[in-house]
Amino acid sequence: MIQKFEDLNDMHLDVLTEIGNIGSSNASTALSSMIGRTINIKLPQVMTLDFQDAIEHCGAPEDLRAAVLIRLKDEVEGMILLMVTKELAEIILNIFFQKTDIDILNLDEGDISALSEIGNIMGSCYINAISALAGLKIGVEAPVFTADMLGAIMSVPVIEFGEVGDKLLCIDKSIEIDGVCIKSNMMLIPTVDSLSMLFSRLGIV
Amino acid sequence: MTKPSLNVGISDWKVNKGEGSIVTYALGSCVGICLWDKASLIGGLSHIMLPDSKSVAPGAAMNRMKFADTAIPDMLTKMLTMGAIKSRVTAKIAGGAQMFQTSNEKFNIGDRNVAAVKDALRLLQIPIVASDTGLNFGRTVFFYTEDGKMEVKSSTKGVKIL
Repeated sequence: MIQKFEDLNDMHLDVLTEIGNIGSSNASTALSSMIGRTINIKLPQVMTLDFQDAIEHCGAPEDLRAAVLIRLKDEVEGMILLMVTKELAEIILNIFFQKTDIDILNLDEGDISALSEIGNIMGSCYINAISALAGLKIGVEAPVFTADMLGAIMSVPVIEFGEVGDKLLCIDKSIEIDGVCIKSNMMLIPTVDSLSMLFSRLGIV
Repeated sequence: MTKPSLNVGISDWKVNKGEGSIVTYALGSCVGICLWDKASLIGGLSHIMLPDSKSVAPGAAMNRMKFADTAIPDMLTKMLTMGAIKSRVTAKIAGGAQMFQTSNEKFNIGDRNVAAVKDALRLLQIPIVASDTGLNFGRTVFFYTEDGKMEVKSSTKGVKIL
């Protein structure tokens, strides 16, 4: 029984890597078909990190990101956080609206809807894969959007998990478009209870 | 030569005396609290994440620097041992934003953090002389202990000196 993130052993981490792999492959396929570009993902990283390290893993605290956050509910609780750099936002908005040289702090409503929808579709595909694999009912809430310093964005999952501990479990992958690595993160951040549930459904103690 | 800034992480606090500065980067819904004694030039910057340590199960290990109600008194005690005088200490606070605009109350933690910081300061009878809190953007705080200046930097609103 997993009671805290430190209890995870190598087998658990392998299983989570595979779950991240399946989930993020689905999400990337969705993104690829929406924007018509070749997307590769690297093998996801599964990490149990202190809060400060979780932020630094994603970049410098003041780096700017556009972020879509989706809360998970029902049998798995937690969140999916997609943080995209100006570079990736530009690729997406160029394809949708032929925009160039965007300012991610001054996006218009159309831009925000497009990025939120991308986050929503990728998040849902990710979750559907896990849901099917483990036979769990996982609901998603409507996506919420912001663009700001990444440290400030990360304060949201960190505070929520801070109520119960000092660590965050992130299943993270980086995105490669047409062979170019784009520094963006798509993270699955489950609660400890949800992890226990997931492992028990998969028959892992 | 100027002293390098002391860096305060999330759930952390640091103190300094006289020349130099303390910085904490990218506060979102967290709150940064600057305490300062203008006569001794002793000051501290605390970066709290959550309102109340009483949410932790009794007996469980906890990081006192994480909560408004434990971090602020602890940092003040440290300043007093360095020679600060409590009746002279004033506070400036920043942060406590709601990063995602939604009616879902789970995202309102910024407001609760600011309220808890104000409560903790009221209990200690420390007046708040400046604040830049709430709204929906992240803030970096530089605090200069030689003159008590708090510099709040955001990506959209530029730099504000308080």
